[in-house]
Amino acid sequence: MQSVQFEAPGTVDEAVALLAGATGDTRILAGGTDLLVQLRAHMINPGLIIDIKKIDETRSLTKNADGSYTIGAAYAGAEATERDDITKDWPGVVEGWDLIGSTQIQGRASLGGNLCNASPAADSVPAMIVAGMTANIAGPKGRRTIPVQDVPVSPGKTSLGKGEFIVSFNLPGRPKGGGDAYLRLIPRTEMDIAVVGCGVALVLDDSGTVTSAKVSLGAVSAKVLVVDAAAKAIIGTKLDDDALAKLDAACQAAAKPINDKRGTIEYRTKIAGVLARRAVKIAAERAGS
Amino acid sequence: MPTVSMTVNGKPVSGEVEARTLLVQFLRDQLRLTGTHVGCDTSQCGACVVHVDGESAKSCTMLALQVDGAAITTIEGLANGETLHPMQEAFRNNHGLQCGFCTPGMVMSAIDLVKKNPKASETEIREWLEGNICRCTGYHNIVKSIQEAAGNMGG
Repeated sequence: MQSVQFEAPGTVDEAVALLAGATGDTRILAGGTDLLVQLRAHMINPGLIIDIKKIDETRSLTKNADGSYTIGAAYAGAEATERDDITKDWPGVVEGWDLIGSTQIQGRASLGGNLCNASPAADSVPAMIVAGMTANIAGPKGRRTIPVQDVPVSPGKTSLGKGEFIVSFNLPGRPKGGGDAYLRLIPRTEMDIAVVGCGVALVLDDSGTVTSAKVSLGAVSAKVLVVDAAAKAIIGTKLDDDALAKLDAACQAAAKPINDKRGTIEYRTKIAGVLARRAVKIAAERAGS
Repeated sequence: MPTVSMTVNGKPVSGEVEARTLLVQFLRDQLRLTGTHVGCDTSQCGACVVHVDGESAKSCTMLALQVDGAAITTIEGLANGETLHPMQEAFRNNHGLQCGFCTPGMVMSAIDLVKKNPKASETEIREWLEGNICRCTGYHNIVKSIQEAAGNMGG
């Protein structure tokens, strides 16, 4: 076990320089709710830990003039729930974000950490994807922005290059008639890993017809799935029984889960459809309010 | 090794730590404040809850170096001499503990709850304690203790 160096830079440039100069395994510390547990369990053995929470950009949540949001990668879910703006505009995003762990964990756990831990069951990711969020990445070649769904590659792996880290996220403004929701199923009431998670964002016109929709599923594949066929099944409808049945079938067809202690393939597949139906209804109610 | 300085229960302390040292390890192993417990190592059980600048936090989920300069309160810092904190007193009055292992974390979490939500309902208390696990399953009396303390703390 090598000794670890700890740094807490105050700017993005300092963090990038530290990353560029590092030789061994380097880990970014945001809330630490995954990282420190992995460190303690000897699952990882980094030479350098960089705490990004001293960088203002990672710790702020700003509503911009155009209604969009800039969310720091280390901003905690419990902080977001105390905000009137984002909880009203994007309740589904906040739901996924603040479901992670218990009260004290919610006070630390961040979107950046949840995304980069790259668990297929990460609760915040399905809602981030359907909301159209993008990640602002800093690295040795400067800054770049990519869709959230392109960050995780497979369990535990991201597409971030050497020396890169996520500084913040962009969340579009809530469209007129828009609503979103995130639902997950777990065997207990709190503090467990999703058997299935489902994110939905949709837009209704004045007559209640769905004009656009996005549906995503977590924990039923190696990474979060965006189910275009499920969105197509409800676009142009008023969410009648026939449309919801098609949505359900499309989600079941897309789900490619594994068997494990939390659920069988058959159970997870069925639940994917059930959760999609429920999440769509919640999103539609919110769109109408 | 890097040096960390903080205020613990009102007293300035500092020590040399390895970067991987968790706050709870610093408190227990270096400061010998063993009232803060480690129950799970996975940030689930809540036995290690302390206050960091007045907010409850799991001290196994923070490196000691992360709280450099912060003010920490542990279970040892609650009583005023021989006079127990109202939350400790309420736990004693209501048999809010059995084996006592989870109690330091329960008390520290509960104080933060009553500070944030002085009139918390039974349901809100139970929800707040989702991250504090009592292996004796003594939740009923823990909730009663917190309700009584909330009244005595001005809630």
